[in-house]
Amino acid sequence: MNDVEEAVAAAFREEWGQVVATLIRVTGDWDLAEECAQDAFAQALDRWRCDGVPRRPGAWLTTTARNRALDVLRREAVGAQKLREVAVLARGEGPYDPEHEDDSGVQDDRLRLIFTCCHPALPIEARVALTLRTLAGLTTPEIARAFLVPETTMAQRLVRAKRKIRNAGIPYRVPPAHLLPERTTGVLGVLYLLFNEGYAATVGADLVRTNLCAEAIRLARVLTRLMPDEPEVLGLLALLLLHDARRGTRVDAAGELVTLEDQDRTAWDRASIDEGAALLETALRRGRPGPYQIQAAIAACHATAATTEDTDWADIAALYGELERFVPSAVVRLNRAVAVGMAESPAAGLALVAKLEREGELEGYHLLPATRADLLRRMGRTPEAAEAYARALEQVENDAERRFLEKRLAECRSV
Amino acid sequence: MKYVFFICTPVGGEELSPEEIADDPRFTSYIEEVRSRDVVKGGARLRPSTDATTVRVQGDEVLLSDGPFVESKEYVAGFDIVEVADLDEAIALASRHPAALGGGSVEVRPVWE
Repeated sequence: MNDVEEAVAAAFREEWGQVVATLIRVTGDWDLAEECAQDAFAQALDRWRCDGVPRRPGAWLTTTARNRALDVLRREAVGAQKLREVAVLARGEGPYDPEHEDDSGVQDDRLRLIFTCCHPALPIEARVALTLRTLAGLTTPEIARAFLVPETTMAQRLVRAKRKIRNAGIPYRVPPAHLLPERTTGVLGVLYLLFNEGYAATVGADLVRTNLCAEAIRLARVLTRLMPDEPEVLGLLALLLLHDARRGTRVDAAGELVTLEDQDRTAWDRASIDEGAALLETALRRGRPGPYQIQAAIAACHATAATTEDTDWADIAALYGELERFVPSAVVRLNRAVAVGMAESPAAGLALVAKLEREGELEGYHLLPATRADLLRRMGRTPEAAEAYARALEQVENDAERRFLEKRLAECRSV
Repeated sequence: MKYVFFICTPVGGEELSPEEIADDPRFTSYIEEVRSRDVVKGGARLRPSTDATTVRVQGDEVLLSDGPFVESKEYVAGFDIVEVADLDEAIALASRHPAALGGGSVEVRPVWE
């Protein structure tokens, strides 16, 4: 890659979402916005080779894309009414001037785009796909591959989502104050889902899938710049970084799952852990805790402990208790049972697992019998542990997890 | 933008009479609000779906059947035509409709304009 190609590639990563976001605001047309953004990047390859890379590539790209959109609209505008609309769009459009290009409203455009892509009236799969396409600039085939669905299915999903935005009147804006907390939680949920999708893809997975983690982190970074006062946004970025720091050690060279206690802690990414811990501290100082900050605090307990024994399990158990106040879910209670099993005794953890089994909410979730099995194994009640591992194996879906459970079951039976 | 709210009620749920609705504070406060904001452009309360007759035409033959065109757990008990700025406003309004609070639901459909 030569310098210009590199500059365009870098601009694509940095500016794509921005250019599309502004073009959607200006034209109100999502497809036209994408088309013109693509065109602007293609033009950049040619023009930057001759004229050099502009001082502010983002402003250059936005202006070029906007001019292209005006051309298209002018060509399509036949009636007088249409021409007037185009004239309104064109108003205030001078030649590109890097010194005076005002981008004060541009930051808001990207935020508008994030909130619109993650609007709760869209199905969750569409929110994720739309965010990756319009904000992160992934192509439809890439997104299809990342979510293991046929390309036509993904293309349909994107078309339908854009159509619903237009036809149902989903507003292109940052939600007003009374909706903001709820909608922000929705945006964070989409980014977390995106990350988990990449995080779950471990064994022999397509690079596009594992790249979802990097995309999620990149988008979370953008969001922290756009909403610097939101502690939960910082909390989410901290959480993603702390998880991501351990990603490489979760699977060994043979593709087998490695549990937290057996992971090579020296191979964890220190820089990510430090950044995550610092972000978490900044967030917590705001005094407005939330589920992402608490989960990040739990991840930080793990990430900063030298060994499993060194881990502050009592702290983790307490944090899960705290998390349950925000997220009253049985999965959170199961995680708390694991922590209590470490902090107090396997028997104390088992008592909590038994309670969850009676409640029945986690029926069919493989980690419930798998947790029971692990606690029994540590208590030396091997035959019962084997029984529970067998039950977990009936319910597990992920191949790496299956092999892990099979290994544990074999160990129990050989005792 | 114009939207139609389809007010859906569970089949076998309580069927309030117009007088009962006029006395129910949940309805009166909602009706008060939409009236003061002048967003409702029309609508109607409907008789239960058991009173419906469905008409189909096959060739020259008019086929009638008793009851709604599709059996389901909920039926359309009424509809409102509302005019608001966007979907967020429509959702905010629909979420305060007494039917949405009381076990039923409100389907928000943009009008084809």
